[in-house]
Amino acid sequence: MAEHGGGSAERGGPPAEQRVLFPPTFSVSEIKNKQRRHFMFLRWKQQQRKEKLAAKKKRRKEREALGDKAPPKPIPKTIENQRVYDETTVDPNDEEVAFDEATDEFAPYFNRQTVPKILITTSDRPRGRTVRFCEQLATVIPNSHVYYRRGLALKRIIPQCIARDFTDLIVINEDRKIPNGLVLSHLPDGPTAHFRMSSVRLRKEIKRKGKEPTEHVPEVILNNFTTRLGHSLGRMFASLFPHDPQFIGRQVATFHNQRDYIFFRFHRYIFKSEKKVGIQELGPRFTLKLRSLQKGTFDSKFGEYEWIHKRREMDTSRRKFHL
Amino acid sequence: QNFCRNEYNLTGLCNRSSCPLANSQYATIREEKGRCYLYMKTIERAAFPRRLWERVLLNKNYEKALEQIDENLIYWPRFIRHKCKQRFTKITQYLIRIRKLTLKRQRKLVPLRRKIERREKRREEKALIAAQLDNAIEKELLERLKQDTYGDIYNFPIHAFDKALQQQGAESESESEAEQEEEEEDEDVGTREFVEAEESELSDFEDMDKLETSSEEEQEEEEEVEKKASHSKSKGKTPLKGPARRKRPYIEIEYEEETEPTTKTKAA
Repeated sequence: MAEHGGGSAERGGPPAEQRVLFPPTFSVSEIKNKQRRHFMFLRWKQQQRKEKLAAKKKRRKEREALGDKAPPKPIPKTIENQRVYDETTVDPNDEEVAFDEATDEFAPYFNRQTVPKILITTSDRPRGRTVRFCEQLATVIPNSHVYYRRGLALKRIIPQCIARDFTDLIVINEDRKIPNGLVLSHLPDGPTAHFRMSSVRLRKEIKRKGKEPTEHVPEVILNNFTTRLGHSLGRMFASLFPHDPQFIGRQVATFHNQRDYIFFRFHRYIFKSEKKVGIQELGPRFTLKLRSLQKGTFDSKFGEYEWIHKRREMDTSRRKFHL
Repeated sequence: QNFCRNEYNLTGLCNRSSCPLANSQYATIREEKGRCYLYMKTIERAAFPRRLWERVLLNKNYEKALEQIDENLIYWPRFIRHKCKQRFTKITQYLIRIRKLTLKRQRKLVPLRRKIERREKRREEKALIAAQLDNAIEKELLERLKQDTYGDIYNFPIHAFDKALQQQGAESESESEAEQEEEEEDEDVGTREFVEAEESELSDFEDMDKLETSSEEEQEEEEEVEKKASHSKSKGKTPLKGPARRKRPYIEIEYEEETEPTTKTKAA
């Protein structure tokens, strides 16, 4: 075989890498012998690397030569740059969105008619870690209460909660001693969001943490909730906290959405000067990924789902995000 | 103790007395879909494997079923009778428990797919790195500070003072330039000179006043100062200022952006 002979002959000769000229119909994958094929492949790779380096040097020289007149550096492509445009992106001046928001379930909260009161509970038989996480969460969110669930059905709890004036219900689902799911339900028949929770860090596991969070009402930062779905989620998170933050406390709770993962952090900040701020992380941290959003309160069988994460359809593109 | 794998075994252990293959006369209780049956094997039917096991449906009532067992196994060895009844008792108990449990909420086990879990974990890590949370939070907080959501709590007079100093420096420079230019352009500047002087005096005085007073009007001052700073810093406007500068003195240009509306209202 010509290629075979060519491969062996080239190997026999001194490794003249610069002058290696692969015959045009040659492809490294056609050599049957593994050792030789591997060798050829390494050679080819080295060549590619050299070419790339040379091209880079040349470009840099050109840029320096041009000096000021050089064309601006091309912007690197990131996933955020390349993100597939989502039609439901909210435009800040959109009237329809504003109208919807005025009439949806969070309107009473945003009009300051209701004060949030939150019930935090777990699934059956919570283990120590989950219990501690619940307690810490209760310190972070003002006006929240932790109750143990001793085999009570959620459907029965909900009317009782409504009767006692709770506005939100948080259920932390646990699996094998770590919390792994979160159900957030806005009570007077508000939407229910089901999240998968990951990388939960309790306070003692956070390095360089500050003292305990105080009782002051923290500020809320919601980042990157662009689409309609994200917007409604953002309002849901915002409705957990009382509307008037106490700036004396200098605490801030952040929900940052990045590529469909929502990162929650709780910090204390201090302004060192007008251009510099220092933040110190207190409080637990966790990340959430939305699994489903239901219109009414929690009802797994008969509920009306506004959005479910369908893996086959929604995970096909790496550049497409829904939140 | 060995366990017997034969499905017709009565006790579950592998013994000579409880092996269904070793005994030609044998009986068991088995349940199917929540109903219990008594299976019996006798030696007469040993030649007919298809008809070997005879089965009797037992009553749903516990006592009646026990009586049925007794009546069917009437002359059978004690051991088999006793073990049958025991087995029947156990089966009914677990059936009751199943029925009770199905009424309560049940934990649904969802299988995780390893590949997907790994993919999600990796994506989360990358998203975390891309998020640059600390920077984002700091930027947001600084923006909020700029937009004055914190009100009067934080006052940084140093910054405003520096800006004001810079402004004063620029003004003094421009004044000297203006003087030089005024001498040259006497004709044109006639009316303009008048207007300029008013504006500059007023604004100068205003600024001087504001600079001297401290806390009350700091915010406004900050805003003004920031506006001026932003105007002076914005690159887009310098080309405008360039040629315009030639025509009119420096001061007016600086205040053009701010006080144009006021001049218009004055004119109107």
